[in-house]
Amino acid sequence: MTSSSWYRYSSPATFYPIAGRLIPWFGWAAAVMAAIGTWIGLAIAPTDFQQGDAYRIIFIHVASAWMSMFMYVVMAAWSALFLGFNTRLSAMMAQAMAPTGALMTLIALVTGSLWGKPTWGTYWAWDARMTSELILLFLYMGVIALRNAIDDPRRADRACAVLSLVGVINVPIIYYSVKWWNTLHQGSSVSLTAAPKMAMTMLTGMLIMALAAWFYAIAVALYRVRVIMLERERGSAWVGELQEVKSR
Amino acid sequence: MNEFFAMGGYAFFVWGSFGATAFVVVVEMVALRARRRRALDEARLATPDSLTAATQGVL
Amino acid sequence: MATASVSSSLDAGAVLPGVRWALVRDLKLAFRSRAELGVQLMFYVIVVSLFPLATTPERNLLATMGPGVLWVAALLASLLSLPRLFAADFADGTLEQIALSPYPLPALISGKILAHWLTTGLPVALMAPLLGLQYAVEGEGLVILMLALLLGTPILSLLGAIGAALTLGLRSGGSLLALLILPLYVPVLIFGAGAVDAVRAGLGSAANVSLLGAGLLIAAVGAPFAAAAAVRIALD
Repeated sequence: MTSSSWYRYSSPATFYPIAGRLIPWFGWAAAVMAAIGTWIGLAIAPTDFQQGDAYRIIFIHVASAWMSMFMYVVMAAWSALFLGFNTRLSAMMAQAMAPTGALMTLIALVTGSLWGKPTWGTYWAWDARMTSELILLFLYMGVIALRNAIDDPRRADRACAVLSLVGVINVPIIYYSVKWWNTLHQGSSVSLTAAPKMAMTMLTGMLIMALAAWFYAIAVALYRVRVIMLERERGSAWVGELQEVKSR
Repeated sequence: MNEFFAMGGYAFFVWGSFGATAFVVVVEMVALRARRRRALDEARLATPDSLTAATQGVL
Repeated sequence: MATASVSSSLDAGAVLPGVRWALVRDLKLAFRSRAELGVQLMFYVIVVSLFPLATTPERNLLATMGPGVLWVAALLASLLSLPRLFAADFADGTLEQIALSPYPLPALISGKILAHWLTTGLPVALMAPLLGLQYAVEGEGLVILMLALLLGTPILSLLGAIGAALTLGLRSGGSLLALLILPLYVPVLIFGAGAVDAVRAGLGSAANVSLLGAGLLIAAVGAPFAAAAAVRIALD
C-alpha cells in the first residue's frame, strides 16, 4: 500500500463510515465470546480444590488486567504515531482508548479485591499486581484529566500524547519497582494470576474471555472515535452530509 | 441449580465480580450512546442551513 | 518532540552555555525571592514533624516509617514548588522569548531544572539528616538517607518539569499537576525510601542507590526533551 492511501484512510471523513461498518462485527463477537467465556468459567471449569469456587473470579480479572495494560500501550502507540506523522485520526484514537482503558483497570481492581477477600482474608492487600493496577488507574486518570482541562483540542492532543509516552516509559519501571518493594516486604504468597494447576478448560475459558475483552475494547473505541469525530468536526461538510445528521 | 448459584459459599464474591463487570460495561455503553446522541444533535445545529437545503434540493 | 531534538542537536556547542545562562538567570530570580524558598523548606519541616503527633512517638515505629515520611514530604515539597519553574515566565511572556533564543530549548530547560533542584531539592536533602534524628534514624542510615535524597530529588525536578510544562496556563493547574506527576514519582519513592530501610534491615543499600543513580541518568537525558516538547505545545 502506498503512503498516500494510508493518509487517505487516516482522514476522519473516510474512517467514519469504515468504523461504523466494523463496530457491529466486533460488538457481536465480544458478546458471543463473553457469553461462552462466562459459561465455561462459571459452569464448565471444575471447582478448584484449594480456592473453591472463588477462583472463578480470575476469568474476568485476568482478561481485564491484561486489557488495562495493553490499552495503555496502544494509546501510547497512537500518540507516538500522532506526534510523528501529525495525523488527526491517531490523536482521536488515543483519546478514544483512555476511558475504556481506565474502565478495564477499574474492573481489574474491583474483581481483584473481591477475589482477595475470600483468598487473602482482606479486600485490599498491597500485592504487587494490585498496587501496579492502582497506579495505572492514576495514570489513566491523569491523561483524561489533562484532556478535560485543555480547551483547545489541538493542544490537548499534543499534551496528552506527550504525557502518554512519558507514562508508557514509566509503566514497566513502576511495575518492577512495586514488585521489588513487594518482595522486600514479604508480600502475600498467593498470587492472583498464579492460578492453581491450569486445567485445559480453565485456559480455554480465560483465553476466550481475553478475546471478548479485546473485541469489546475495539468496538467501544471505534464507537467513541466516531463520536469524537462528530464532536470535533461538526459544521464541516462531510458531517453535514451524514445520513444520521440529516435525518430527523 | 441452587448449588450453582451458591458457588460453594462464595456467591457474593463470584456473582459480585461478574455483576459489577456487567454493570460497568452497561454503564459505559449507555453513557457512550447518550454522548453520541448529544454529538449528533449538536452536529445538526452546526450544519449550515444552506448546505442542508442544497443537498435536499439535489435529492 | 522529534523536531525539537533535531534542531537542537545541530548546535551542540550552544548546549552548555544555554544550560549556564538559564541556570544563572533562575538562580538570580530565586535569590530575589529567597523568603519564599525559606517558606517552602519550612513546609517540608512541618509536614515531617506532624507525623509523630498524628501517630505515635514510639521509637521503633518512627524508625520504620521515618524514611517514608521524609520521602513523601520531599515529594510534596517538590510538587509545591514546581509551578515556580515555568509559570511566572509563561505569564509575562518571557518563556516565549526564551524559546526563541539561539540556545537549544532542552538545554535552557535543563538549566532551569538544575536551578529548581538547587533551590528546593538540595536544601531538602541537606535538612534530611537533622529530621531523620527525630525519627530515630541513626548512623549509616542518616548518610544513606541524605545520599538517596541527593540522587532522588533531581529526578523529582526532572519529571516534575514535564508536568509543570504540560499544565502551563491551565485553570486547575496545581491539583492537575499532582495527579499527573505523583504516579510517576512512585519508583523514586520506592527506591529512595527503600534505601534506608535496607540499611536498617542489614541488607545494604547498594542496589537502591545504584538504581536511583541509573534513574537519574535516564531522567536527565530524557526529561529535558519531553519538557521542551511540552513547553512548545503550551506556547503554540
